[in-house]
Amino acid sequence: MIALVDYGAGNLTSVRKALTTLGAEFETPRDPSACTAAAGLIVPGVGNFAATAVLEGPWRDAIAAAVRRGTPLLGICVGMQWLFEGSDEAPGVHGLGVLPGQIQRLDGNAEQRLKIPHVGWNALDFRKPARLLAGLEPGAQVYFTHSFAAPVTSACAAATTHANTFASAVEDGNVFGVQFHPEKSSDAGLQILRNFLAIVKEAA
Amino acid sequence: MLTKRIIACLDVRDGQVVKGVQFQELRHAGDPGELARRYNVEGIDEVVILDITATLEKRQAMARTIGAVAKEIFLPLTVGGGIRSEEDADAAVEAGADKVSLNTAALKNPSLITTLAKRYGSQAVIVAVDAKRRGDHFAVFVRSGTSDADRDAVEWARQAEAHGAGEILLTSMDRDGTRAGFDNEMTAAVSDAVNIPVIASGGAGTFDHFTDVFTQGHADAALAASIFHYAESSVADLKRHLRLHGIPVRL
Repeated sequence: MIALVDYGAGNLTSVRKALTTLGAEFETPRDPSACTAAAGLIVPGVGNFAATAVLEGPWRDAIAAAVRRGTPLLGICVGMQWLFEGSDEAPGVHGLGVLPGQIQRLDGNAEQRLKIPHVGWNALDFRKPARLLAGLEPGAQVYFTHSFAAPVTSACAAATTHANTFASAVEDGNVFGVQFHPEKSSDAGLQILRNFLAIVKEAA
Repeated sequence: MLTKRIIACLDVRDGQVVKGVQFQELRHAGDPGELARRYNVEGIDEVVILDITATLEKRQAMARTIGAVAKEIFLPLTVGGGIRSEEDADAAVEAGADKVSLNTAALKNPSLITTLAKRYGSQAVIVAVDAKRRGDHFAVFVRSGTSDADRDAVEWARQAEAHGAGEILLTSMDRDGTRAGFDNEMTAAVSDAVNIPVIASGGAGTFDHFTDVFTQGHADAALAASIFHYAESSVADLKRHLRLHGIPVRL
């Protein structure tokens, strides 16, 4: 069973739909203690980093403990940003901190008409072999919608450029994250979710 | 590199896709779920469902249509038409919409943009601007294009952004359904005035019209309906054409 963490940040309908289509067993637990029994964790999210503040306390402790036990964790969009230490978008709010680094605002470029938010399909530039990206073609296109992004560190599995180059996918042990929305990225996105489900199965 | 998006629009009435010319003379164009499935296979980047006869009684039927389309695609799905309140937006999101498009209600009550942007994030809130040329400026119309809002399109788009809109869907009423090409001048005027993406709509007739709206119109995305509905041209062919002309697209 995968725990899909619902902390009220936007709508989970499309994530649920994608997981159902892929035959995943998942639930959206009300209580953080459910993380203990979960075979895998998914932290989705759209919107503002500040929304993750409600994860402070029991949820954060339960998720951190699961990560220490090696339970695979996938963060999507703001959920990926939350894996890092914090974000300039909400300076008082701490991330989970399992990946070093700070989330920063993208600059854009008015001259080149590179607008912020970064909305649309952009390419993945693979940076290291990654289980999460198995079966994808180099340069695969995925759907982004965000204004803040993670730095390129050793965890970076794929980078994407929109004026700035940022980490669009991260993988460090059993910690995974994607800045884009796999649930809205057609076949490439479904492949990534399928890969995560396979990783969860293997780890169980 | 961020690609230019091609968006298919399904104008839905009574559960069926219809298409008119300059907001009039509707004719049937097919089943929403079926069309969405075909567009997905052909490589469409997003789908928009516009409820063109949004009434209270029909809202449940619309939820079924949204669900039927959402079931077929793993792509961003926008729903517009008749979204006048937070409750309307909730219903659309609950049914499977990733974004909602506001039009008349946003002009009447711009705080609705802010409310929805806070609730779902700006990325989920599109403000639709229907405009007509009038002298040297662009006049905004509301109520499905029947009523002059006495507003300038460029100024309104700027305000919509300030209120928290994540994208602008700009429709040229002069060009809608005419296949005479997008209004590139109007699109550029709006696109250059805001920092959020602008989706150009109204007038797509040939592949070159798309090239033009991206190069001359500075559009971030282009939306079309009839050019795709009747299977005259496939999305895949359009994208190959665009790439050949130096426009970055997802293939």
